[in-house]
Amino acid sequence: MDEALLRSLTPSMLGILVRRGADFAAAEDAVQDALIEAVRGWPADPPRDPKGWLVTVAWRKFLDATRADVARRRREDLVDEEPEPGPAPAVDDTLQLYFLCAHPSLTPASAVALTLRAVGGLTTRQIAQAYLVPEATMAQRISRAKRTVSGVRLDQPGDVGTVLRVLYLVFNEGYSGDVDLAAEAIRLTRQLTAAIDHPEVAGLLALMLLHHARRAARTAPDGSLVPLAEQDRGRWDTALIAEGVEILQTALARDRLGEFQAQAAVAALHADAPTAGETDWVQIVEWYDELARLTDSPVVRLNRAVAVGEADGPRAGLAALAALDGSLPRYVAVAAYLHERAGDLGEAARLYAEAAHQAPNFAERDHLTRQAARLNARRNR
Amino acid sequence: MAKYLLLKHYRGAPAPVNDVPMDKWTPEEISAHVQYMQDFADRLEKSGEFVDGQALAPEGTWVQYGGAGRPPVTDGPFAETKDLIAGWMVIDVDSYERAIELAGELSAAPGAGGRPIHEWLELRPFLAAPPTITE
Repeated sequence: MDEALLRSLTPSMLGILVRRGADFAAAEDAVQDALIEAVRGWPADPPRDPKGWLVTVAWRKFLDATRADVARRRREDLVDEEPEPGPAPAVDDTLQLYFLCAHPSLTPASAVALTLRAVGGLTTRQIAQAYLVPEATMAQRISRAKRTVSGVRLDQPGDVGTVLRVLYLVFNEGYSGDVDLAAEAIRLTRQLTAAIDHPEVAGLLALMLLHHARRAARTAPDGSLVPLAEQDRGRWDTALIAEGVEILQTALARDRLGEFQAQAAVAALHADAPTAGETDWVQIVEWYDELARLTDSPVVRLNRAVAVGEADGPRAGLAALAALDGSLPRYVAVAAYLHERAGDLGEAARLYAEAAHQAPNFAERDHLTRQAARLNARRNR
Repeated sequence: MAKYLLLKHYRGAPAPVNDVPMDKWTPEEISAHVQYMQDFADRLEKSGEFVDGQALAPEGTWVQYGGAGRPPVTDGPFAETKDLIAGWMVIDVDSYERAIELAGELSAAPGAGGRPIHEWLELRPFLAAPPTITE
């Protein structure tokens, strides 16, 4: 049984059923029933057209369920009156499903869960494992999300930006257990790129590929963080980098800049440098200026301060930092780094320890504590 | 089998023997400490005694019902003097003696100078449902 094939067919089956007038939750149930029949029957009797088979069975399951429901008599009549639908282009269905799963009425956590379930075809258990929550919790989250969107008609496209934010959330979640969320986000974004022609979709895909290319070098064997400047560039995935850069260049050439393209441009400049010392920080600062213009995000300005520190020296970086709100996440870590580069080791060590105290995860906390320890050890020598 | 909670404290526990703050250790000493705890958890996972473990951020907030139609009341970050939990591990073991043994082992994680911290760990049994059959 080809599980990957079934997973890849799930979103378009769902999309077709919903477009034929099925309620989202009912469509999902029908698709699940059809998949179960496929798992049972295919090994002995594989169909010539798997997708056509699945759609037919799922639609029959949906009709059976609807007809069995007496309280839905009216809807049954509606379904009966409708002419037999013709074939629909698959890409379009998948795209509609992306918009539905990222619907603005959903919370980000629900949108992410529903996207992984409906578009990604992951099981509830897999999603729960990836997010380290009990399966029952995730099942509730998904069924609430399904209820929320069950009244939404799939007849007009939604906001691409919302879809991209959901996919970026999935990518940033890291991974654990048997589902690699970063790889899953890349798979889904590739699928979206095929379904929609939009420079920001390409920008997000390029950004993910460029970040993903560095993954092997980003942690040491003991799980500790390796900062960009100290990473073994020989372990970067050059094929992914080349693909990311090419996708980005094609997108940029269309002259419709957005925040994901700009972020990917920064990532591409890092990927391009043979050594950390050869990084083109001046151009990176320029991209951060573009990003600040596009998003007005304080996090962008914090990153810009780091880039300014590299391009124009730590004092300039500290000056750029002084204009920002000190309570920003990672502000103290950036201040510590710039103070160290400026030679102020005592202050840097104190700030690293403070930053470790605020760190949002294990790896970062241990990394920052090590930085403080390293400077304290050097000062006491 | 009975479940026990092992609590690590940032503050509020008696001072450990090897009482040096972590940022005064060398980076190698920190790595050794982290590795020790990881190895400990891995071993318990293999023996089937590991249930779960999580680290907690040091900052917390007290929250209280604020009355009908009002937002919850908070007191802001914990005051410095309050007890503070750094993280926890849940084990599922055959006996209280085994729980004590494991807690003692975890408390021996190396710290400054590579010597065991002798950190105090709080060991709390889980309250279980009453048994279906009582003899």
